[in-house]
Amino acid sequence: MNATLHRILILIRKELIAVLKDPRSRIVLVLPIVLQSLLFGYAATFDLDKVAYALLDADRSGASSDFMARLDGSGVFHRVMNLNSASEIGDAISRKRALLVVHIPSDFERRILSGQGATVQAITDGRNSNTGGTAAAYVSAAVERFNADWRQSHDGLRSPLTIETRAWYNANLETRWNMIPSLIAALSMLQVLMLTALSVAREREQGTFDQLLVTPLRPTEIMVGKAVPSILIGLVQSSIILLLALFWFRIPFQGSLATLYLGLILFMSAAVGIGLALSAFSATMQQAMLYTFVLLMPMMLLSGLTSAISNMPTAMQYITLANPLRYAIEMVQRIYLEGAGVTLLFNDMWPLVVIASITLPTAVWLFRHRLV
Amino acid sequence: MTVTGGVAIVGSGLVKRFARDKKESITALDGVSFEARHGELTALVGPDGAGKTTLLRLVAGLMRTDEGTLRVLDLDAATQPQEIQNRISYMPQRFGLYEDLSVQENLDLYADLHGVSVEQRQERYPRLMEMTALAPFRERLAGKLSGGMKQKLGLACTLVRSPDLLLLDEPTVGVDPLSRRELWEIVSSLVENEGLSVVVSTSYMDEAERCAHVVVLHEGKVLADGVPSSISSRARGHSFIATSTQNESARALQARLIDREDVIDAVPQGGRVRAVLRAESAQSIPEATFEPAEPTLEDGLMLLLRQQTNAKPAAGAAIELADKPAPDREQVVIETHDVVRKFGDFTAVNRTSFEVRRGEVFGLLGPNGAGKTTTFRMLCGLLPATSGTLLVAGADLRTARAEARQNIGYVAQKFSLYGDITVRENLDFFAGAYGLRGARANERIDWAMDNFELSNRAGAATGKLPGGFQRRLAMAAALLHEPQIVFLDEPTSGADPLARREFWRRISSLADHGTTIVVTTHFMEEAEYCDRIMIQDAGTMLAIGTPDEVRQQAADESHPVATMEEAFIAIVEKSRDQVRAKDAA
Repeated sequence: MNATLHRILILIRKELIAVLKDPRSRIVLVLPIVLQSLLFGYAATFDLDKVAYALLDADRSGASSDFMARLDGSGVFHRVMNLNSASEIGDAISRKRALLVVHIPSDFERRILSGQGATVQAITDGRNSNTGGTAAAYVSAAVERFNADWRQSHDGLRSPLTIETRAWYNANLETRWNMIPSLIAALSMLQVLMLTALSVAREREQGTFDQLLVTPLRPTEIMVGKAVPSILIGLVQSSIILLLALFWFRIPFQGSLATLYLGLILFMSAAVGIGLALSAFSATMQQAMLYTFVLLMPMMLLSGLTSAISNMPTAMQYITLANPLRYAIEMVQRIYLEGAGVTLLFNDMWPLVVIASITLPTAVWLFRHRLV
Repeated sequence: MTVTGGVAIVGSGLVKRFARDKKESITALDGVSFEARHGELTALVGPDGAGKTTLLRLVAGLMRTDEGTLRVLDLDAATQPQEIQNRISYMPQRFGLYEDLSVQENLDLYADLHGVSVEQRQERYPRLMEMTALAPFRERLAGKLSGGMKQKLGLACTLVRSPDLLLLDEPTVGVDPLSRRELWEIVSSLVENEGLSVVVSTSYMDEAERCAHVVVLHEGKVLADGVPSSISSRARGHSFIATSTQNESARALQARLIDREDVIDAVPQGGRVRAVLRAESAQSIPEATFEPAEPTLEDGLMLLLRQQTNAKPAAGAAIELADKPAPDREQVVIETHDVVRKFGDFTAVNRTSFEVRRGEVFGLLGPNGAGKTTTFRMLCGLLPATSGTLLVAGADLRTARAEARQNIGYVAQKFSLYGDITVRENLDFFAGAYGLRGARANERIDWAMDNFELSNRAGAATGKLPGGFQRRLAMAAALLHEPQIVFLDEPTSGADPLARREFWRRISSLADHGTTIVVTTHFMEEAEYCDRIMIQDAGTMLAIGTPDEVRQQAADESHPVATMEEAFIAIVEKSRDQVRAKDAA
């Protein structure tokens, strides 16, 4: 046991020296992660502060002006055109003169007053679904406010207005708060996966892996010796993003650091397991790179980072179950924003343990049994 | 120059420096003047780092000299490199074959690159194919060819157009004796029949001996140049064949001789030892008799190196080893029985059985693709055997407990320590991997640093060190844990004559102390250092025994054989003829 531990420590030390010795590779481990965090934090925000919209008011009534006043008064909407007929809608959208057209039907006031309820149509630019969706969501927020006020002033139970949009509503109106905590898992996974995928493949390509296999190091010891440095590097990267989130973006941290790091260790083990298995399977570094790239894109897409998993087709939703990033993002968001504890996160943690305990032994087996 | 009609290359006072880092620079060529004549074979010889490759690259117009003038085919290398390149062909040490393309596609690619017309190809291809005997393999991927075939394909690609001057940089490194002979037949016939001018660099002296003109380089300077006999005759009167008057092996006598100050060079040969002595008589050396011998080019070169640079082969290479009780040399430490290894339909190793005893030096010899490396990998537990049993130090390393691997040391064919960490860090790592720690680890690392001359570069990044240094380090790392058995896969491939003698001196010390050595090699004269050798071809064991026994086995036929190389070629060719006869029947 003691000898095993000593051999593992020797291997870990060698791995860390090999990665951290070169000043350039130290920079590569820190700088991109900072730049990417800033990039995601600023560029990948779906919040809109000026929605250019066109109005087609077919009713021209008191009620319609009342509603429009709310839109214009919100500070977000900026009316750029007034349309006279439905035939002008296509032109306004396609020439990108407006991101959104709000269409108020001619029976708007009559239906509200008669208690039948009216519909406001929000037509968004489908070519940019994210901004369009957000803009439509802002309209529904305005509709909500209109309804609430109406109920109050008319003692009615029914909400008079409905809007034709199915997009969900981002309650705090700040996507950055969702995005940055997710990056603690997502961005560090990028480099950790790449690092581990190359680790065994590089040794195989350069012939050093045979040299390793003829020493008394057992395959399991090699696996642990390779996994631990990668997990450590992943945790350091996650910590860098955490610091950026706390002190640069100033997003308040609600949970406990211990829970966060427990979750991250589980997540990194699962990711490192995938990386090592890929690496042990590859004959060359080029192959390992290729496999990693092929895997990374779907892992990012099917993680809930950019689009909600519940909006995906059912088959896709099943695939996300094998994606460690899916659990990690949910876990980190809940710890960070909600302050969730371990008991609440059990359903996100056990799949990570399952993934790690399949991939890591697979890698160990492949070390010696890969078909030559 | 008035004789330029006869001269293909004239260089005078060539100097080339390379910056190693910001402060230091290395002088690769230090005032080299030489000539190469039209229609002749000119050899560049000399130890590693002599400047052979640099000189060839200058001639090829790939680099410019810092000082001096160089005229190639009557063109100035400094101002007309493109004109020179249009008329020469250059085959670098590692020729750029595209491994994922077939033989034919590689040829076509190089023909396209050189703008060879379709008519020229139709005339040229059949000749190249006939010359290189690659015709049956046109569709095979270059990556799947053996080392010798790759070199022949490289040569064919180099010759897709008809050059006025051919430059070859160590074309036979890592190539087995049969392929080596074939390559030389191709080159010789080009010179004789087409009057091609060829400059070849080599570390094989028997190859240089075939050339019309030899230029000896050492550390960037020309030590001598002239016809081969003008260099070998320098050793006249100094060359002897020594026979031990004691009951000792050729290797033991060689080790005894080469350690002496009054001996310039010693190599085992035909069960005895060829020695170059400082004096023209051998009275001072005890327990051996000496007969005068005809000097060889290698003898002359060694004498020259000693006289002009004081370089002594294998000086200080004998390694210090702790005294141990005399080993039981009868104990069988490696035992294989009916070992078979198949890859799909292909049988890489076919029913091979042999034994190796404690303290023996056992040589595995065979052409490229004979199954040597496969046998090796099975012994080390890196590859499972398809059937049969292998026992190394009493265990099958494939299935034994990890501690069983403590008994072996392994030096791969390709340098395979970690290139991105330092020499010291590599030794630290391998010491630790073999369970050495604390004071014991330091003691062993100090031992390795001293005995393998590593101390002066302990902090250097391993990947950037010269090949000879890397080879020493790889061997040192494999010996840190004092293994019972050491496996070395082509440890001297690409090594110069001095480095090879150093290597074998170390091996002799190890074997004397009871370490078992299993080694593969392409240099047949190195088989003379082995206690026993095994010759394999196409996966089958053809001969096994002491070098003398194997020579006798080869000599059974009509012609006697003098050297191990002749014996090897005779045995392999006889077996191939039998296989062909059987296939035909």
